[in-house]
Amino acid sequence: MRNQTVKAAVLVAGALLLAACGTNKEETGAGGGNQACDQSKGTLVIGVIAPQSGGLSALGLGIKNSAQLAADQANEKCAVKGYKLAVQTEDDQATAQVGAQAATRLSSNANVVGVVGTLNSSVAQSVQPILKGKNIVMVSPANTNPSLTRGAEYGTAPKRGFENYFRVCATDDLQGPFAAKYLVGKAGKKNIAIITDGKTYGKGLAAEFQKQAEKDGAKIAAQGTVGEKDTDFAGVIGTIKGSNPDAVYYGGEYPQAGPLSKQMKDAGLNIPVMGGDGIYDDKFIDLGGKEGDLATSVGAPTDTLPSAKAFVDAYNAKNYKDKFSAYGAFSYDATNAIIASLGKTLGDAGTWGDDKRADLIKNVGEYSAQGATGEIKFDQYGDSTNKLLTVYKVTAGKWAADETGTFGG
Amino acid sequence: MATLLQQLVNGLVLGGLIALIALGYTMVYGIIQLINFAHGEVFMVGGFASLATYSYVLPDSWKSDWWVALPLMAIGGALVAVILSVIVERFAYRPLRNAPRLAPLITALGVSVVLKEAVRLWYPGATAPVPFPRVFVDKQFTLEVFGGTVTIGSTALLMIAVSIIGAIALQTYITKSRMGRAMRATAQDPDTARLMGVNPNRTIVLTFVIGAALAGIAGVLYGIQITNVDTEVGFLYGIFAFTAAVLGGVGSIKGAVIGGFAIGIVKTLSGQYMWGGTQYDLVWIFVILIAVLVFRPQGLFGEPERVRA
Repeated sequence: MRNQTVKAAVLVAGALLLAACGTNKEETGAGGGNQACDQSKGTLVIGVIAPQSGGLSALGLGIKNSAQLAADQANEKCAVKGYKLAVQTEDDQATAQVGAQAATRLSSNANVVGVVGTLNSSVAQSVQPILKGKNIVMVSPANTNPSLTRGAEYGTAPKRGFENYFRVCATDDLQGPFAAKYLVGKAGKKNIAIITDGKTYGKGLAAEFQKQAEKDGAKIAAQGTVGEKDTDFAGVIGTIKGSNPDAVYYGGEYPQAGPLSKQMKDAGLNIPVMGGDGIYDDKFIDLGGKEGDLATSVGAPTDTLPSAKAFVDAYNAKNYKDKFSAYGAFSYDATNAIIASLGKTLGDAGTWGDDKRADLIKNVGEYSAQGATGEIKFDQYGDSTNKLLTVYKVTAGKWAADETGTFGG
Repeated sequence: MATLLQQLVNGLVLGGLIALIALGYTMVYGIIQLINFAHGEVFMVGGFASLATYSYVLPDSWKSDWWVALPLMAIGGALVAVILSVIVERFAYRPLRNAPRLAPLITALGVSVVLKEAVRLWYPGATAPVPFPRVFVDKQFTLEVFGGTVTIGSTALLMIAVSIIGAIALQTYITKSRMGRAMRATAQDPDTARLMGVNPNRTIVLTFVIGAALAGIAGVLYGIQITNVDTEVGFLYGIFAFTAAVLGGVGSIKGAVIGGFAIGIVKTLSGQYMWGGTQYDLVWIFVILIAVLVFRPQGLFGEPERVRA
């Protein structure tokens, strides 16, 4: 009996490990109604798929609120004649499988015109085909993995996989090399260790970084991988410590990167950690990011860009509980791209239906406007034509912009 | 060589934490044969409760001196963990005392989900990892050995020390004290123990209290070592500790401690030297667990199955 209980418990524990699952929360934001507009034809929904809980929720909540802001403004301006716009947010918990459920739920609703999201490239991989099946346009504020638009052979033989998919941010094949130029060229680091979280985004970004860093004459001293749920990084720090690196490039996100930076210092490795847009959040510093740590992020700094000021002011005026974070402005632009294209598709008297979806995708492809993050326009693969990137550095406990530019090979 | 030593040290630190949690698993199992899956969550709640003690209870002037703040945080964390554990025992486990064994096991899983979601929903900011202050001497000791360096932090030393002292104190209490004898008697045969004047319910509650207090202290130590707490850690470390308890032999205190240290060291060494590196280090823990269960189902220090009349 005793052994049976232990055996049963072992089995249950194993099953739990395999399927560490959570719950889905559904939130439907109501748009601010302006009775002056004609909204007689009903409500159209813009879906948002982003993490609303878990480690990456700071980024996901910023995406949700900014999309809500864009929809509210559109309702006030009667941007879509005859319809009221609403935002429906689905929590993907930063996992591909939950993201697929969210996409399925949204695509079963005929009133969903388009989707803003996802945050994670790995989630986008599972969401793309589901939305494509229903011809729903998807504009990501934050996916930076290049293969999402240009296929697995993006470097040599780019091929567009999903004509319904667009994104408003620059990709990792620019971001990684941009970081390498800075770290090797400007900061003079020649013996760099690379740590990744093994996910689509982190691995892809680190690989692009490595290519350029080696080209620029740096040595990759060691490589390591951390587990997604790990909180104690002493093991992986031990594996890189022996090679005496002078910097660590981290491919992944801030919930791991912040504690990693702190624990490196504890382990006697007081060297800067550099990462991509996934660690560019204030939470990184709260969780242990130290002075001198670096991050690249897409676009120019939101607070300094003149085109972003209107967005920042409007966001702050709404008194959202959460900050707009790294992707708020991108989410705002992505939502506006969908709304403006929807207005164009329906015209003054159009009625929404599945037959309008192809037109909507075409109109998003041709969309061009000045957004909060600069010019918003898409190339033939659905990538943003805006290739601006910025290096940020932790200075006096805050991220401060250090260098803005484009990667020129 | 220096790397090996460093990883051994890392393993001991992780192992100390696992051992502290595993003690609670093993004691509760020893006395009522229940695998208390909610125990990992009690550890997590202890971490959050000690953080709440620091953030909302302690006056600012007390926070700078660790010898004031840390014990109070440990008391706060342990107290909340103990109260919680007593409530869970009273309302979730006691009604099932005579039910088939699977019923309390599933109940424990349910309690674990409830606790995790409750903290996630009610603790401010707990939907994401919450930063934890390092309320202790923040100092690193670096030793030059074999042409390399081995670094160990003061919080890490504290972790190892507390886990070993905790285990020795517990072992002494159980073998020497009157209540400890009552515990062993209840574990052996609750009915006969009752005939001898032992109150089984009181003894069982005390077992939960001791386990929860240790888990609460483990929560504080985890916080100052890792410098953040997350609602997810209860599950992860709960599984580690459960594995440690099974590896050492459920019911055995010595086994839980040695199992904990073994798992910590296996994890760090396999991350360094085995195929797959740190990405697959968890795999090796379970490989060892399965191997032990195949050849020694009662665990390293467990007693073989007794058939009860």
